[in-house]
Amino acid sequence: MKQSRFSRIFVLIGFAVLYLVAFPLYFRNSNYHLGVVITASILSCISLGVWLTFNIGRINIGQGAFAAIGGYTTAILTMKLGVSFWLCLPLSGIMAAFIGLLIGIPILRLKGVYFAMITLCLTEAVTLVFLNTEKLTQGASGIMNIPRPGALAFGGITIIPAYQAGHYLYFYYLAAFLLLLVLIGLWRLNVSRIGWIFRALRQSDTLALSLGIDVVKYRLIAYGICCFIGGMGGSLFTVSMQNIFPTSFRVTDSMYFMFYCFLGGLDYLLGPVVGAFLLTGSFEALRVVQKYQEGIYACLMIALMLWLPNGILSLKFRERVSQNQMKPEGKEKG
Amino acid sequence: MEQIIVNGLILGMLYALIALGITLIFSIMNILNFAHGQMYMLGGFVVYYLYGVYHWNFFVALGMCILILALIGAFFEKFFFRRVLRVARREESSMLLAMGTALLLENIALISFGEKQRGVPPVVDGVIHILDAYVPAGRALLFFVASILIIALLLFVQYTKPGRAMRALAQDKEATYLQGVDINRISMLGFAIGASLAGVAGGLLASIFPVFSGSGTAISIKSFIMIIIGGAGVVSGAIVGGFVLGMAESVGYGLIPGSITYLLIFCAVILLLALRPQGIMGKPWG
Repeated sequence: MKQSRFSRIFVLIGFAVLYLVAFPLYFRNSNYHLGVVITASILSCISLGVWLTFNIGRINIGQGAFAAIGGYTTAILTMKLGVSFWLCLPLSGIMAAFIGLLIGIPILRLKGVYFAMITLCLTEAVTLVFLNTEKLTQGASGIMNIPRPGALAFGGITIIPAYQAGHYLYFYYLAAFLLLLVLIGLWRLNVSRIGWIFRALRQSDTLALSLGIDVVKYRLIAYGICCFIGGMGGSLFTVSMQNIFPTSFRVTDSMYFMFYCFLGGLDYLLGPVVGAFLLTGSFEALRVVQKYQEGIYACLMIALMLWLPNGILSLKFRERVSQNQMKPEGKEKG
Repeated sequence: MEQIIVNGLILGMLYALIALGITLIFSIMNILNFAHGQMYMLGGFVVYYLYGVYHWNFFVALGMCILILALIGAFFEKFFFRRVLRVARREESSMLLAMGTALLLENIALISFGEKQRGVPPVVDGVIHILDAYVPAGRALLFFVASILIIALLLFVQYTKPGRAMRALAQDKEATYLQGVDINRISMLGFAIGASLAGVAGGLLASIFPVFSGSGTAISIKSFIMIIIGGAGVVSGAIVGGFVLGMAESVGYGLIPGSITYLLIFCAVILLLALRPQGIMGKPWG
């Protein structure tokens, strides 16, 4: 058991080195490859929020709405008020979380399919809001030429230098840093008491209530964190793309966020990350079939549910279970 | 104003048809059919090609709509949903499957029909004068056909043997099984009927709204709103939801410019959920 844990840590460190050192070093001059991984990192970051709502037993198809809110917050603050990106990033998250909590109070009472339906409608509603507030968001034409991040200086010392044109490595590490931060944060949350409370909520609201858990409060906490992550991801996405439109995050995008979680496996914290990287990466590799992307995604979704409903990471788990079953037999023989 | 109300009633009747389809599948199998809008879109294309391009009789084209969509629905149930419902440990699984089918249908339609918006000529010419409102005869015909279909469906569910089996299945799956009902067959029938309702609604509305491959998502969202308003899984709720949304849309588009109408509808729905989460006709649930 201990050995498998060590080997798992070993594999994780291996991937981290690959992600943080090997890949950016090898592709440091290829903006295209870096761009793919940047997108994958940001998307997996946003999906991690969805994963957290799955963890409390709610099916969230509204994450696109909060990514859009975060993105627009950043766009408007930097363009109209000239606020630094480094302040916008957390502000976008806070804005998304605030709106999420406001909407969450009525809709988190819903369960299962009902919650899924209303969050799906939410994605559409937020798109409409941005379409109709033309003074602030310029409607359908979107906000373009959003400035790249400047330098982050604190007390005269530059902590993070300003972005230089064509330097994708900068965004690569920014996205990687955010992803790792979110991952570590969620991992801490997951193993802490709150993590157990969240899982209790997934199993049974009534049971959790009878144990003295303030169900409403913890549900709101989980949803607020989810929206916060979504908002920050949307903010970073907007700045790396330098533009945002009301249709930047559509209903299909919200569905994809959910799909990433499923593809990796809902029971694993790394599930959404695995899912997002696999899908984004494989489709950039197969550019030829881009026209059929949605169709292939759809077939994958159907096939996944038919034959691997617990996600890719469950394959590894199944292997280990069978190994464990083998061991006692070997002992008996010995 | 009379004009707006009459338009709202006609739209409401057709929306009720859509909502009945999704609520039927939901109550029998506990599956939210995300592909409902896409099935509506396919129904529109069937009518466009058979009636608009090949000049078949409109009603024969509608019949083909029902047949083709019923086959698609039965196929989905037999080969996709049945297995997933059996093996899945989470209810989310069937939902992701339904999304997958929705994306698949939409992509197939996009590849084979392109993005072009199409329309069909009106079925009958002329205008009917009711009170102070003028109604094109084509729309009056839609209203008529849709109400006949709804009544036929209600009678079918209420009085026939398979209809009773469906209602029993919606109430209690195990008890129904114990009574010797072939659950798989009834589920397949229910899914087929639900899909064909979406298809026939799409076929009917092809003469009012443009037919194009991307129309599905909006219809799915509308049908979700309808069953949220009325209460999911309740037949009367679907009809109420359909009429409320049809009327709201008609009044909104008549008085307020642009897409603000739907924004207001979304806000109203969220407010409604805060006050009455089970919808207007729904039974309270835990």
